[in-house]
Amino acid sequence: MAAARVLDADDVGRVIGRIAHEILEKSRGSSGVILLGIPTRGVPLARRIADRMASIEGHPVPVGSLDVTMYRDDIGLRGPRPLSATDIPAEGIDDAIVVLVDDVLFSGRTIRAALDAVNDIGRPRAVRLAVLVDRGHRELPIRADHVGKNLPTSLAESVQVHLVETDGVDEVLLGSRDSS
Amino acid sequence: MKHLLSAADLDREEALTLLDTAEELASVTDRAVKKLPTLRGRTVANLFFEDSTRTRLSFEAAAKRLSADVITFTAKGSSVSKGETLKDTALTLEAMGAQVIVLRHHASGAAQRLAESGWIGASVINAGDGTHEHPTQALLDAYTLRQHLRGGSGDLQGLRVVIVGDILHSRVARSDVALLTTLGARVTLVAPPTLVPVGVESWNCDVTFDFDDALSDADAVMMLRVQSERMNAAYFPSAHEYSRRYGLDSMRAAQLPDHAVVLHPGPMNRGMEITAEVADGHRALIVDQVANGVSVRMAVLYQVLSSEEGAA
Amino acid sequence: MSAPSSDEAIRDASAREIVLRDIRLMGDSQAVDVRFTDGRIAAIGAAAVADAHPEARVIEAAGRIGLPGLVDLHTHLREPGREDTETIETGCQAAALGGFTAVHAMANTQPVADTAGVVEQVWRRGREVGLCDVIPVGAVTVGLSGERLAELGAMAESAARVRVFSDDGICVSDPLLMRRALEYVKAFDGVIAQHAQEPRLTLGAQMNEGELSGELGLTGWPAVAEEAIIARDVLLAEHVGSRLHVCHLSTRGSVEIIRWAKARGIDVTAEVTPHHLMLTEDLARTYDPLFKVNPPLRSADDVEAVRAGLADGTIDIVATDHAPHAHEDKDCEWSAGAFGMLGLQTAIGVVAATMVEPGNLTWAQVGDRMSFAPARIGRVADHGRPLEVGEPANLVIIDPDAPWEVRADRMASRSRNTPYVERTLPVSVWATFLRGRPTVMAGALSGALT
Repeated sequence: MAAARVLDADDVGRVIGRIAHEILEKSRGSSGVILLGIPTRGVPLARRIADRMASIEGHPVPVGSLDVTMYRDDIGLRGPRPLSATDIPAEGIDDAIVVLVDDVLFSGRTIRAALDAVNDIGRPRAVRLAVLVDRGHRELPIRADHVGKNLPTSLAESVQVHLVETDGVDEVLLGSRDSS
Repeated sequence: MKHLLSAADLDREEALTLLDTAEELASVTDRAVKKLPTLRGRTVANLFFEDSTRTRLSFEAAAKRLSADVITFTAKGSSVSKGETLKDTALTLEAMGAQVIVLRHHASGAAQRLAESGWIGASVINAGDGTHEHPTQALLDAYTLRQHLRGGSGDLQGLRVVIVGDILHSRVARSDVALLTTLGARVTLVAPPTLVPVGVESWNCDVTFDFDDALSDADAVMMLRVQSERMNAAYFPSAHEYSRRYGLDSMRAAQLPDHAVVLHPGPMNRGMEITAEVADGHRALIVDQVANGVSVRMAVLYQVLSSEEGAA
Repeated sequence: MSAPSSDEAIRDASAREIVLRDIRLMGDSQAVDVRFTDGRIAAIGAAAVADAHPEARVIEAAGRIGLPGLVDLHTHLREPGREDTETIETGCQAAALGGFTAVHAMANTQPVADTAGVVEQVWRRGREVGLCDVIPVGAVTVGLSGERLAELGAMAESAARVRVFSDDGICVSDPLLMRRALEYVKAFDGVIAQHAQEPRLTLGAQMNEGELSGELGLTGWPAVAEEAIIARDVLLAEHVGSRLHVCHLSTRGSVEIIRWAKARGIDVTAEVTPHHLMLTEDLARTYDPLFKVNPPLRSADDVEAVRAGLADGTIDIVATDHAPHAHEDKDCEWSAGAFGMLGLQTAIGVVAATMVEPGNLTWAQVGDRMSFAPARIGRVADHGRPLEVGEPANLVIIDPDAPWEVRADRMASRSRNTPYVERTLPVSVWATFLRGRPTVMAGALSGALT
C-alpha cells in the first residue's frame, strides 16, 4: 500500500515558521532560549527553527543536540542502538528555557528519556517540547507545547518524516506499518 | 554482541561502532553528573583470577558510570585462592544475578571456554586470558591512537605502529595486531627472536629483530612490559642487554618522527623497557590510555548488555 | 559371574562349542564356517558344521568380518588408585566392546606398577573379571621418578610375566638410565616402551607448537621434543643391541626417523594412536580440554604422515592410549584440563575410517597392526595368533555395514572423555570371543558375564 503524503515541502516550511513564531511568542523573545534537537531528525529541525527565530529576532539563537539513547527504558529489548552526538551550546542550560525538538511525538518515551538527560546536564528554568507531528497514542503523561500537525493515526499506521538534510526531501508520509 | 572474547572476532564495523560509542561516552566525564542511567538494575561481575588492579578498577569505573551494580571477585582472599574452579565461581556469580562476567584469567581461552561451555547464560567479557588476548586493551589503544593521530574519528588506515617486547607471552600484542590491522594500520613487531611466537609469519604484520630499523617511519610505538620471570628463563642474557637492544630511551625516541606517540599498557618497568625520561615525556600517552580505558569499557558494557535479551 | 578362565566351568555343549556361520576371516571375500571347541579353533570350513556337536551353539555371522582378537599395547586402566575414573572391570568392558581380547595396562597407577606385587595384583584382577586378558606393563624406574631402575627382573618373573616396561606419561629422559634399561631387559626378552618427550623442551606445553599455538596463546609442544628423543633412543638401541618400542608417535619427523632406523636394521617398533590418525590440532580452537592429549593432536600434515607410516609398516601397530579422566578434569579451562582421551571402544571404528575406507590398509593388515604385531612386541604367547585350527579362539567380529554415532553415554568406561562425540564411525564391533567364549554379542556385553 502506498504511503500518503500528509505534509509536502511547502507545508513543512510553513509549519517550521509557525513553531518559530510560537516559541518567540511564548518566551517573549529569544533571550534565554536554547533549542536542543533529539537525533536523528530533531537535530536539523531544531536548527531550522533556530535559524527562523534568528532571522526574525536579528541575532543567533543557541541550538544543540541531545542524544537520549543511554536514557531509554528499552535497553536490552531492542539491541544496541548507535549513539549520536550530544552537543550542548557552550553557555550551558542552567536557567535557560530549553526547547526540545523532535520529529514525531508518539508514546512519549523518547521525551521522558530526554527529560532525564536534560536533568543530568543542568537545571533549566523551563523545558518545553516542539514536534513536527503529534500522532497520538501516548503511554506517558507528556504533551507537546508546539505541534506542527496533529495527525490522528491507528497503531497499524506508520508516520515517516523526511527532511532535506537527512533524506533529500521535506515531507511527512502516512503509511501502513509493513510498508515502512 | 553477546560476548567480547577476542579482538580478532571484531570486524571493522563492529570495532568502529565501539570506538564511536566510546567517543560519545567520553563526554560524560566532563559533565557535572558523571553517570548515565543506562544499565541501572544490571549487575556486572568482575571475576579476576589474576591480579590486575588497573584493569579491574577501569571496568568498575565503567560499570558504575553506566549505573550498573558491580560485584568483584579477586584471587586474593576469596574462594578463588582456596581452589574453587572457574566453573563454580562463575555459577556463584550468576546465581547472585550477574548478567555479564568480566573475566581475567591466567589460562588462555578461559573467557571463550566460560562463554561456550554452557555453564552459564551470562555474557562474558575477556579482560585478559593467559597469553592469548586482551581485547579491551586493544580497543583503548586504537582509541588513543585515533584520538591523537586521526582526530578522533574514522579508522587507522595507513598508520604505522611498532610493538616492542615480549610478543610471545603478550596478550596485548595479539589483540593489538588483530584490531589495529582490522582498522587499517600496519603493525611491525620488534622483539628478540626468543620472544617471537612460532608461526608469526602467518600474522598480518611485519617482524624485525632490530628496534632501530623500525623507528624512523613509526607513527606510534607501543612498549610491552617484560615480566621478571622471563629474565630467569634464558629468553635473553640479562636485563641490561635487553634494555640496551629493545628499550626505548631518549636516544631512540629522538629518531622517531616529530608527531610519533608512545604507548605502554602498564604497569611499566621504568629503566627496563622504557626510560623515565620517555615515559614522562611529551610523546607519552600512557595516562591518556588509562582514561580512555574507562570510555572504551563503557562502550563494551553497553554493547554487550544492550544485546543481552536476544536482540540483534 | 562364573569363573571364566577355568575350562571346568564350561559345562554344556553350547558353551563348549560354538559354530560361526558365514564369517569372512581377515576380511577375505569368501565367507567360511568356523567351530570353536573348548576355547580353541577346532575347525574351519565344511568340517566346522559337519562335525559339530548337535547341541553346539550356532551363530550366524552373515558375512561379517573376523579378525584375531585385538591386542592393545597401551591402555590406562587407573586401578589401583583412581577407581573413580576407571577400574579394571570397566576398562575391560570397554576393551571387549572395542574388540580387544588383551590389553596392556600402563604402569602409572597409584601405587605405581613398579614391583612384582602390584603387577600381579593387576594381572589377577584382570583374570577375575574375565572379559579380556590384562597384561601389566612394568615401570622402568621406581615410582616413575626417572632416577633408578625398578625391579624389572622380578616383574618379568612374576605371575604377570611382564615383558613391556614403560614410564609412560613421563619420558625416561636421562640417556644413561635409558641405556641401562634397554640393556637390562635383554635378559628376559623385554622391551622398553618409551614415551618420547624431551621434558625441558615441553615445559608447560599445552598443544602442538605451530601457527595455531601462537594464535591461541597456548604454550607449544614442539615436534622436535618428540623427534629428538626418538633419534637418541634408536641410536642407543642400536649401540647396545636392544629392542625399543616407541609409544604414540605423532609427527612426520618421527615417522622418518623410525623409517631410517628400520632401514639401518635397528630393532625398533612404533605405535600410533587412533586419535593421531584422525584428529588435528584445530580442535584446540574450542579450548575444550576434551581434545587435550599428550602428545598433542598435530597438524593435518602429520596426520597424513602417520597414516602413510602405518600403511607401509614403518609404524608397526595402533595402540589406543586409552586414558580415562574424571569429568571435573575435563570440564574446565584448557590449561587446567588433564591430558588424555578414551580410546578402546572407538579404536577399530577410527582405524576403519582413517585407514580401511580410504584404502590405506586391508582388513588383513588391520589384523596385523592391531593384533599380530602388538602381541609379538609384547611377547604375548596366546594372543595375536593366526586364525588357524588349533590356535586359541580369540576373535573379533566386525560389522562393516553398521556405522554408529559415538555418544559419551555409550562408553562402558567410568569416564566420558571421548573426543569422537557426535562423529559417526563406519563400522561396529558385533562380537568378541575370548578363548571361545563370547564377551560381546550383537554389540553388547554378553549377558552371561554381566
